[in-house]
Amino acid sequence: MANHYAEHLLAVVGAGVMGTNIATLAVSHGVPVVLVDLSDDVLSLARRTVAQKLRHAQLMGALPPDRPQGELVTSVSLADAADATTVIEAVVEVPETKAKVLAEISALVRPDTTLISNTSCIPIDELAGWVTHPDRLVGVHFMNPSYLIKMVEVIRGAGTSEATLESVDSLLAALGRDGLVIRDSAGFVINRLLHPLINTAAMLVQEGVASADVVDGLLEGCLGHTTGPLRTADLIGLDNLVDSLNVLYERRQDESCRPCELLLSKVRAGDLGQKTGQGFYSYGRVVS
Amino acid sequence: MTAEQTSEFAPATADSIADALVGFLGQRLKTKVALDQELFKSGLVSSMFAMELVVHLEASYDIAILGPELKLDNFRTVGAMTSLVLRLREAEGVSRGSAGADG
Repeated sequence: MANHYAEHLLAVVGAGVMGTNIATLAVSHGVPVVLVDLSDDVLSLARRTVAQKLRHAQLMGALPPDRPQGELVTSVSLADAADATTVIEAVVEVPETKAKVLAEISALVRPDTTLISNTSCIPIDELAGWVTHPDRLVGVHFMNPSYLIKMVEVIRGAGTSEATLESVDSLLAALGRDGLVIRDSAGFVINRLLHPLINTAAMLVQEGVASADVVDGLLEGCLGHTTGPLRTADLIGLDNLVDSLNVLYERRQDESCRPCELLLSKVRAGDLGQKTGQGFYSYGRVVS
Repeated sequence: MTAEQTSEFAPATADSIADALVGFLGQRLKTKVALDQELFKSGLVSSMFAMELVVHLEASYDIAILGPELKLDNFRTVGAMTSLVLRLREAEGVSRGSAGADG
């Protein structure tokens, strides 16, 4: 198996919360990364964020002891992703943006390069229409924080080949992650369950039924959730959450996925969760 | 921002650091913690909050928590964090009462 870390070169497109999470996971496991985004300012912040997340990984004992750190290169040019063995798309959860980025990546890389979308909700078969080799496209839904959570959700599209799944297995082995494979569906397993739960939790706060810490306290204390839905929302980023809920609502017409007013008002106010220091909770400092 | 934060804590003695930490944790976790209370096993503190504690201590006491000191054992209790701060301040030669002067 080609699961040795030195055999991989990862390109991550999109240096936001998930892009920096995945880059941190990779370099901490010895895999070199090219991290691509639109501006030097974003990339400069991303380098600091990755450095801080590497400290977080160390704090939590999540750094493998047996390998040197992989090199992190940042670039505003997608062309620098051309030599990657795997490209992970982690741009905003807006179908038009994902389609554009995937089409551009697809035109640049070798035919056998594995293309991973870290989409939260958009069906892989929908994205497959934008790439030249749909058999090489697969969904891998990394969790947040990716460098601490071992399990990932792997989504096999209708056209995803066996060779692509094997390549994902190899990469996940190098990254010390475990994957569970599912078939394609908007929201997949995790977010089809989690996003309506978060939206409903926000509605309960909006209706004055309970405060955010009480809603979370009940799910944590009574149901054993490690992190309640609203603190999870802050971790995801409320803007990303609203985008994902819109994707789900448009595709499923499920009212529990229509973003509630409280979520929308927080996004309008710029209170996007942990990344801005304020969401359903206040954070003393912006950690990453 | 740091100057304002640090000035609250100076001079940094074991008692003042522990008191400030109990206050900070009380405010953030909505509960009063004991000096020897295990913060992680009890589920009071999440892995995300652990990193906030690192950032909070570094900014408040003008220290850098690096290398072998950056491990969860140093953050398991208020007592352990207090010892860490005192140890690092001594090692880094941060004199008492001058913590507000960092840039």
